[in-house]
Amino acid sequence: MTESDGPIEVGLYGVTKRFGDLVAVDDVTIAVGRGEFFSMLGPSGCGKTTSLRMIAGFEEPDRGRVELTGRDIVGVPPYKRNVNTVFQSYALFPHLTVADNVAFGLRRKKVSKSDVRDRVKRYLDLVQLNGYDDRRPSQLSGGQQQRVALARALVNEPAVLLLDEPLGALDLKLRKQMQLELMRIQREVGVTFVYVTHDQEEALVMSDRLAVMSQGKVEQVGYPEDIYERPATRFVAGFIGTSNIIEAAVTGRIGDFLEVEAAPGDRLLVPAPTDRSVSPGDRLSFTVRPEKLRVVAESEIVADRLCTVSGTVVDVVYQGVSTQLVIRTESGTTLVVFRQNSERVSDAGVPGTRTRIVWDPEFNVVLANEPDLEKELTG
Amino acid sequence: MSVVAPPEIPPSAAPPDPARPDPPRHRRTLPEWVKANLLLLPTSVWFAFLLVIPLLIIIEYSLGKRGVIDPVHFTWSHLRYANYKDALDPDRLPIFVRSIEYAAISTFACVLLGFPLAYWIARFGGRFRNVYLVLVIIPFLTSYLIRIYAWQVILQDNGLLNRLLGDLGLGNHHVFINHAFAVILGLTYGFLPFMILPLYASIERMDVALVEASYDLGHGKVSTFFRVILPTVSPGLVAGVLLVFIPAVGDFVTPSLLGGVRTQMIGSTIADQFGGSQNWPLGSAMSVLLMLFILAGVFVYLRRVGEEAL
Repeated sequence: MTESDGPIEVGLYGVTKRFGDLVAVDDVTIAVGRGEFFSMLGPSGCGKTTSLRMIAGFEEPDRGRVELTGRDIVGVPPYKRNVNTVFQSYALFPHLTVADNVAFGLRRKKVSKSDVRDRVKRYLDLVQLNGYDDRRPSQLSGGQQQRVALARALVNEPAVLLLDEPLGALDLKLRKQMQLELMRIQREVGVTFVYVTHDQEEALVMSDRLAVMSQGKVEQVGYPEDIYERPATRFVAGFIGTSNIIEAAVTGRIGDFLEVEAAPGDRLLVPAPTDRSVSPGDRLSFTVRPEKLRVVAESEIVADRLCTVSGTVVDVVYQGVSTQLVIRTESGTTLVVFRQNSERVSDAGVPGTRTRIVWDPEFNVVLANEPDLEKELTG
Repeated sequence: MSVVAPPEIPPSAAPPDPARPDPPRHRRTLPEWVKANLLLLPTSVWFAFLLVIPLLIIIEYSLGKRGVIDPVHFTWSHLRYANYKDALDPDRLPIFVRSIEYAAISTFACVLLGFPLAYWIARFGGRFRNVYLVLVIIPFLTSYLIRIYAWQVILQDNGLLNRLLGDLGLGNHHVFINHAFAVILGLTYGFLPFMILPLYASIERMDVALVEASYDLGHGKVSTFFRVILPTVSPGLVAGVLLVFIPAVGDFVTPSLLGGVRTQMIGSTIADQFGGSQNWPLGSAMSVLLMLFILAGVFVYLRRVGEEAL
């Protein structure tokens, strides 16, 4: 698990939360560094929102510790925690103006009236909503409400800002724009962000680090390029982007690489996993991203160390920037290849064509054995 | 009931020209505004016969003269404003003040009793919410009159409550009936559902995240209640207050059955004019004045709190 540098601002340690028979969060450990933009990514029901709500104080864990700035905050009510939340529904107070919404948290603190005015103005400027002070939330667009919610939380200068799918209700274009906006604001205020989303692209674009969650467990924590390039589990490989997953049997070892065989007679190399020992005869699965694969002519001479697989084109999907080829290999596996449309599109091939795929074994990533997953992550 | 149709376009006498396609046929339809307002027709008739006309009769009576054979003599040439002077007699002022006082206390009690229940049903009622709401209105299955008689049985000097207190060793000679307590209790009991239902509707509509947002921004339970929950559900509260206060001020069954001479309310006094006292003109004048007062009160109330709430 990739650790963050510097002091930890907020952490969940061995946290479990049950709702009746359902284990929403199952022994989760996540530590977020000060000033980090950290995302929790996963499909709905994976426990990301429940984890966030335990940091906010809306839910209490059944087991484990929740630490904020080095202090265990389990049992501390939400109004005494130095964290603020941007809610998915924004939850703006309909009876208050924009300025009063933003000032709401400050009313509880010993802040003088002129200070309140100054800070409200400063944070409305930050989210680019100056001049909207006297509007009601109902008079604002979705994007503007989102900005008010952000200003209302940030004006309290919390140790951690929690964001629960804040862009979920916006349309695609506005969402892209707000992603950049959120990143700018986070850099400007330097507050630790914990961001919950089910949108993998959003998480990859925005986060310093992210945790991928599934069924209440953390599958992998790491930098976006780690998660994308070196997925630890089958779930991560499948959830983030498109992946080819190949099952193979180990036949030997050459230096740092294992020799494996997906179909009788072929010989593929994969980097040997460093965290477990593998011996000939073991079965393993590895993944490789479709954009790493290259289609070459049958006649082309390929270096011996490269992975080579022959197959038949099953499907060709033109996608503008690239073309997606679906290829059935001789072993019966289906591989997806992304081909940049830097050449003429008609060269991509037609279904039924025999073809050969080549890629560098460096890009192969051996996946964790499913039963060993738990031991590996928590051990 | 007849609806006047718009003048029809006379059918063209000329034979259809085969060379031209048929012109679009004008179906016999009513103009849009008539169609939309047709929906108002049943209630309009209902209110005309059961509200407006009776109201005009009351106003007519209030300007008439007490009669011997007919209860009221009314002539346009001799409008008697003296009934209104009578109605505003300072001697009757205490009755009037008392009515407002009892109604106000009952309304307040209904808020205190109704709010927690409505909140609980809306937020924690789960899938049984509709069952709880039915339980709230179940008393309506029995006539109000019968239920107030039942209270009489409970509260009277040798009634159930006194016997129960006696068995508990708390004395059995308490006097409940004929006191303000009994009347206010009766009013609160009778009108409580009218407070719970609109409050429930408002609370149920409220986004739970608003409460969480308030906690999140550092406000504790009390502050959250007054700054977020109360303002958000105020439409229901305003409706509940009106639905309880207005009928409570004018109620005559409760003070007649549970109260005594010293706890008469304006409603029972008016009822008296049409009954025992046989002074219909005076009773009518008092009714008109009470109505005007309540209308003015509601107007002022809505201007002050309604702007925020509605």
